[in-house]
Amino acid sequence: MVYDTIAAISTAVGEGGIAIIRISGPDAIEATARIFRSRIDLREAESHTLHYGHIVDPKTGEQVEEVIVTLMRGPRSFTAEDVVEINAHGGVVAVKKVLDVVLLQDGLRLAEPGEFTKRAFLNGRIDLMQAEAVIDLIRSKSDRAFSVARKQAEGTLSKRIKALRQTVIELLAHIEVNIDYPEHDVEDLTSAYIREQSDKTLDEIGKLLKTANEGKILREGIMTAIVGRPNVGKSSLLNMLAQENKAIVTDIPGTTRDVIEEYVTLGPIPLRLLDTAGIRETNDIVEKIGVERSHTALEEADLILFVLNYNEEMHEDDRILLEKMADRPVIVIINKMDLSGKLDMDEVERLCKPESIVRMSVLEEEGLDLLEKTISTMFFEGQLSSGDLTYVSNVRHISLLKRAQQSLVDAIDATHSGIPIDLIQIDVRSAWESLGEILGDEVGDSLIDQIFSQFCLGK
Amino acid sequence: MNYEAGQYDIIVVGAGHAGSEAALAAARMGCETLLLTINLDMVAFMPCNPSIGGPAKGHVVREVDALGGEMGRNIDKTFIQMRMLNTGKGPAVHALRAQADKFAYQHEMKKTIEETDHLTLRQGMAEELIVEEGKVVGIVTSTGAIYRAKAVVITTGTYLRGKIIMGELMYQSGPNNQQPSLKLSASLKDQGFDLVRFKTGTPPRVHKDSIDFSKTEIQPGDDNPKFFSYETVSSDNEQLPCWLTYTSEKTHQIINDNLHRAPMFSGAIEGTGPRYCPSIEDKIVRFADKPKHQIFLEPEGKNTSEYYVQGLSTSMPEDVQLGILRSIPGLEKVEMMRNGYAIEYDAVKPTQLWPSLETKLVDGLFTAGQINGTSGYEEAAGQGVIAGINSARKVQGKEPVIIERSQGYIGVMIDDLVTKGTNDPYRLLTSRAEYRLLLRHDNADLRLTPIGYEIGLITEERYQAFLNKKELVSQEVERLRTTKIRPDAAEAMLVAANSAITNNSIDAMTLLRRPEITYAMLEKVSPSELPLTDEMMEQVEIQIKYAGYIEKQLIQVERLNKMEKKKIPDDIDYSDVHGLASEAKQKLASIRPLSIGQATRIAGVTPADISILIVYLEHYNRVIAARG
Repeated sequence: MVYDTIAAISTAVGEGGIAIIRISGPDAIEATARIFRSRIDLREAESHTLHYGHIVDPKTGEQVEEVIVTLMRGPRSFTAEDVVEINAHGGVVAVKKVLDVVLLQDGLRLAEPGEFTKRAFLNGRIDLMQAEAVIDLIRSKSDRAFSVARKQAEGTLSKRIKALRQTVIELLAHIEVNIDYPEHDVEDLTSAYIREQSDKTLDEIGKLLKTANEGKILREGIMTAIVGRPNVGKSSLLNMLAQENKAIVTDIPGTTRDVIEEYVTLGPIPLRLLDTAGIRETNDIVEKIGVERSHTALEEADLILFVLNYNEEMHEDDRILLEKMADRPVIVIINKMDLSGKLDMDEVERLCKPESIVRMSVLEEEGLDLLEKTISTMFFEGQLSSGDLTYVSNVRHISLLKRAQQSLVDAIDATHSGIPIDLIQIDVRSAWESLGEILGDEVGDSLIDQIFSQFCLGK
Repeated sequence: MNYEAGQYDIIVVGAGHAGSEAALAAARMGCETLLLTINLDMVAFMPCNPSIGGPAKGHVVREVDALGGEMGRNIDKTFIQMRMLNTGKGPAVHALRAQADKFAYQHEMKKTIEETDHLTLRQGMAEELIVEEGKVVGIVTSTGAIYRAKAVVITTGTYLRGKIIMGELMYQSGPNNQQPSLKLSASLKDQGFDLVRFKTGTPPRVHKDSIDFSKTEIQPGDDNPKFFSYETVSSDNEQLPCWLTYTSEKTHQIINDNLHRAPMFSGAIEGTGPRYCPSIEDKIVRFADKPKHQIFLEPEGKNTSEYYVQGLSTSMPEDVQLGILRSIPGLEKVEMMRNGYAIEYDAVKPTQLWPSLETKLVDGLFTAGQINGTSGYEEAAGQGVIAGINSARKVQGKEPVIIERSQGYIGVMIDDLVTKGTNDPYRLLTSRAEYRLLLRHDNADLRLTPIGYEIGLITEERYQAFLNKKELVSQEVERLRTTKIRPDAAEAMLVAANSAITNNSIDAMTLLRRPEITYAMLEKVSPSELPLTDEMMEQVEIQIKYAGYIEKQLIQVERLNKMEKKKIPDDIDYSDVHGLASEAKQKLASIRPLSIGQATRIAGVTPADISILIVYLEHYNRVIAARG
């Protein structure tokens, strides 16, 4: 029996060094081959072999993670189907990223609870005695998933998804009524209307997906680099941030990079300070020019705090750095505002975005609140303090939102190429179904209900 | 005093649109069939709108025709207007709709029935089922006639304990003041059937000479009408127009002033009415913001002056109805010939049926049409033909024919009914189908003629014509795939169609996929030598133009078909399935789905339950296999 292809993280979620994504089904090898950059083409690889390479997002070409891929062709595998296991070693975040890319491949979906085991049983890999155990597994895992889903359904996420679905179903009902009641005097369904409604929904989906990123930031902290020339006050800033949070300062030894990270919070915002050791080491001795180190920070950080001394004229290195950082998330801290101004502020404002300038005096402990506000605006659109943000963190939710997004983009494209509405409907309907899957709603009769409550029809 | 009145293979109770099809199908399949009706003058009568077809409904008529049913041929003979709707949309939702000469329609159908071998048409009212050991063996009529049969099909429409309601007036009646069937409901209840009370309604009819057509808009038929039946090639029927007008502010005022006299709101009506077909008073209350509603004036036939007032279904008192009519532009001086009314009737909860339309409670007993909770002539005909086929196959000891959801609207409808049931009279809509693009009205023959032929309802001659069409279409598709068109040959066409010109030779199929290029344009650049009819060209064009979308849906169908093919044995005991949620156990035991696919569509059965069921079935099958 042939099934569709399923994927899931099959190691326990936690801070383990290695995590495995298991993919099983007829498209397992093909789908992995599309996103796996290696010396070998997976499609031609022999069964039961290991391959080193990188997972690459085929859309952006971006390298997502360094991995080892295990290939097992059916029936000699756990599920008796073609199975690919991707071993990633970058921790939870990296693995989720990989799964994200995997799930966007055609024909793949996230595995249901207990589904690998179920397949193993149905394909005769597990004997009869274990059948009941399989059932218990499905039941208990689904119940747990259900209770989580229900918790989420009561939350703000579900409210937002429901609102989204309502917009989509109204559009859908409008399309359907035009098809099923062609002579009825309902408003004309224009391409512009379809685009308008789809755009509205896409906007909202975009916002939700952005919160996925915010959720990650909240869990892991914003990777922050403090850069600047010697004596501008980097270490004082670091100490101030660290002092504020003495109780929760922790040292996290990195696994792949030889840097020390420090985890602090600024108000509600968690920051993960990069290479703090580097700053400390050079604290009391003559500092090396930070340019070289800053280059690395420029590549890796989510946030760059670039410190300038108000009491000093701008150095050529500063100009070079500022130009380099033009496209990066940078906040320019003008330190030592308590001293007299030698810095040409007009020049600073020319070199960076005015809203990214924060004036501080670390010595006087002034300007910290402004820094907090600026970071919040940059990463959370200023909403963080409201404490009411919805976070999409579940991989399943993210992949379903992305599917809905793609369907609506397709629908909009279709309106531009003169495709008839009953075909555009197919895309709109799949968007609606993807959103419904997030809530676990049945498709059922709700569309029919919507048609008859939205439009006045009759003989 | 009861008497033995005859022995048949099959008895069909009721000769409306379901009963006529059921009886014709059974008789044509060689079964001795009795068709009983309360009034011989009411065979295939249209008690409500004088029209057939439209989106989804028109598709069903074509499906009935492809299966060898009569509705398509009958309306092609008797239409007084034919229109193709939705022509500005995709091919899947083009829909044929006919205005019928309702009297010609019923006379023509009666004649066909009377002339069919093995079919006996008789007046009589069935009052009681004779059931022995869980199997139906006959019926008893009000005159004491006992008819015996191996299978019985009940198609009672709105006659079962029918009650007409209009204003303060209420009386037992079938539609159009026919005698109602008062006793059969009790007999069904005795057999354990769960009945529900549904309601429907009809608008008043008015005299043509009292209409001022100058205040309305004309709605003519198509100049080159298409037909429902694949057998009809031409027609010289004269077409009559319909007319469009609107309700006025005054109409709404009159209704609002008289709501206290409306049975809809006074509580006099207990039956559940159809959502898609509300009465005018319902529309005005529920959509108070809408300033006016469309009213279509439709002729009821060539030899009558009666006009049907579409959009004005009502159960208001007669005097209010007249006031409403006369508030409508064009109807200021109208003569009302018949009043509108609401009618309540008993229906069987359709979840008590197998997908074959045989009841689960009584072996050999089938039901079809409005008694199953549907509304509409086409829905009735679709079920009728299936009940006729399956009762005949039952008698002949053959497996029932079940149309899949991916094969036809008939399949969608029956699966919806028997799997989910319905809370209000069920109407087919194209949006009920998940594979709308596959269930087109142009390909109903491709979908279902092979089935019709196999069961013996499609003649050899028609089948050969069908095969010929299929062959020519695929030859032409292949020709377009392999024919290269040079850039200079294509240029004039592309420029005229405002389409991008090409620098290289390009195959005709690729060009046809462009939305702005039609087969007709291409045919001029690259003419075909095949003897293609318009219908075949249309088929070629659709198959090529929408191949991408069609392919996508076919993949989905294939995936789901795996679930449909996983059969659930009849003797499974759900209470014995460890791990199933109790709601799922109860629902599954009540619906008794034939396949995993059907089980997935039962409300309240979760994906986890389905997983458990699949695991259980595998276990079950291995145990059976181990036992040898």
